[in-house]
Amino acid sequence: MENQPTNSGCGSGCGCHQEPVDRGGSTRRNLLKGAAVTLGAAAFAKALAPLATWSRDNLSVDDFLQQHYRELDKEQLAAVLKHLEEDTKKDYGADVTIGDHRPQKGVKFGYALNLSVCIGCRRCAEACHHENNHDRVTGNSYIRVLEMQKGSMDIEHGNAHYDHPVPHPDKFYMPVQCQQCENPPCVHVCPVEATWKEDDGIVVVDYNWCIGCRYCEAACPYHARRFNWTKPEIPKEEINPNQSYLSNRIRPQGVMEKCTFCLHRTREGKMPACLEACPTGARVFGNLLDPESEIRKVIDNKRVFVLKEELGTRPSFFYFFDE
Amino acid sequence: MAAGTRLGKWMFFGVIGVIALWFVGALGMSWQQQYRDRVRPGRAFSEKVIGETLHPVMIRKPDAEPWVDSGKKDTKGQPIMVACATCHDTRTANLKTNDGALLKEFHQGLKYAHGSQTCLSCHNSGDYNNLKLADGQSLDFSESIRLCAQCHGPQYRDYQNGSHGGMNGHWDLKQGPRERNHCTDCHDPHHPAYPQVMPVFPPKPVIGEAVLPTHGKPSH
Repeated sequence: MENQPTNSGCGSGCGCHQEPVDRGGSTRRNLLKGAAVTLGAAAFAKALAPLATWSRDNLSVDDFLQQHYRELDKEQLAAVLKHLEEDTKKDYGADVTIGDHRPQKGVKFGYALNLSVCIGCRRCAEACHHENNHDRVTGNSYIRVLEMQKGSMDIEHGNAHYDHPVPHPDKFYMPVQCQQCENPPCVHVCPVEATWKEDDGIVVVDYNWCIGCRYCEAACPYHARRFNWTKPEIPKEEINPNQSYLSNRIRPQGVMEKCTFCLHRTREGKMPACLEACPTGARVFGNLLDPESEIRKVIDNKRVFVLKEELGTRPSFFYFFDE
Repeated sequence: MAAGTRLGKWMFFGVIGVIALWFVGALGMSWQQQYRDRVRPGRAFSEKVIGETLHPVMIRKPDAEPWVDSGKKDTKGQPIMVACATCHDTRTANLKTNDGALLKEFHQGLKYAHGSQTCLSCHNSGDYNNLKLADGQSLDFSESIRLCAQCHGPQYRDYQNGSHGGMNGHWDLKQGPRERNHCTDCHDPHHPAYPQVMPVFPPKPVIGEAVLPTHGKPSH
């Protein structure tokens, strides 16, 4: 402060000093201010640019204000389903029925897979792709078939990209899909309750409530959740018209999706598509609460195991070998 | 005066207390009401009424009439098939034959790999239109599952328990029927091991996923 010229005021910062010479708008300070304002405005415009090219251009006010699935009453739900059917007609040109399939009383679904019989042909993954209206470009499927070294049980070392005649004598094949855990980590991490476990054991997603943060994808120890990076592309004639709100309706861009044990089929008493596609009969599906069911006979009589038991997720999906 | 003040104080706190109680009660009631009235389809069960009658489980039947390829084609290019009994009714059987290549007619192309069985372990030399159980009892071709079960006990047990063999239809027989495969839908009785196939539907790499080409060989 001592070096200041004497004419620069009282030196206390009170602003009593008057500039002796008016330098107009060309001071360095003004120049810097102008530059900062210009840059700031440019950055703001850039930040807002995505709004101008909003990809969900047909997101109506109704869509935006839609309640969570579990808070919709019957009329609201019917309106939402009708609206979704119209959207599918508009976007894809296909006439589809989107239903609301509810759990059956006294039913809890279980799935078992015989690793001695599975040959790794991937027909289950293909059937899933078509049944669940997956994006044709990415070739998505809820099932990943891992080729595993005999003697190893480490699914992190399984290879999904094998391309040779199967089964190879040194390998076994392990299809992995959603394990419908009793204690699902994906549900616990969801910040908006867009995913939950239903009374028949199926973990579902409200695709209209999901914000696409992908926490659940990171939390799932079985890599069973998928993200829609793009709007799914499916030719009109390949769309499966038998759809359900929580299951295989065509998902919007930017949301998570997952295997639902084909609840649009299984809640009507039918087998899941992957089971029907299996040429070797490696898959067993049924009601865990019915002591006479096929799935219970497997659990009661075979040495079944679950994947990553040590994590405490308690899957409803069981694997076994024949003795 | 002092007594009046005290009374006023009591009345004041009494009124405040009543208002507070009413407020808490109303809050609790409305909260309870909200939960009772809220329609939550996510919690509700299906309202569909399901009957108690069970639909049938059908087992696919193999052809009852056995045929063999003559090796010749008809005018439309279809293979000419001949019923077994056409020739075998008039010929004596060779009990030791266990390979189509050993025969001079008809059976040369037959691939055979089924343990140490001979033709007549299963085929009935007394009646080629039927099969034969180990005790010599004649068995219709459509019942061949019983023949297989003689040796393949664990598989038959699993089949009966629903954990061996493919199926279609309903897991819930109260809602619809089921169709099950027969042994010979998946296993050729002459070489029953399930054949190697090329896998379909190769997965496409996901963004950020490293894919090491295996060049047609199994991964390590």
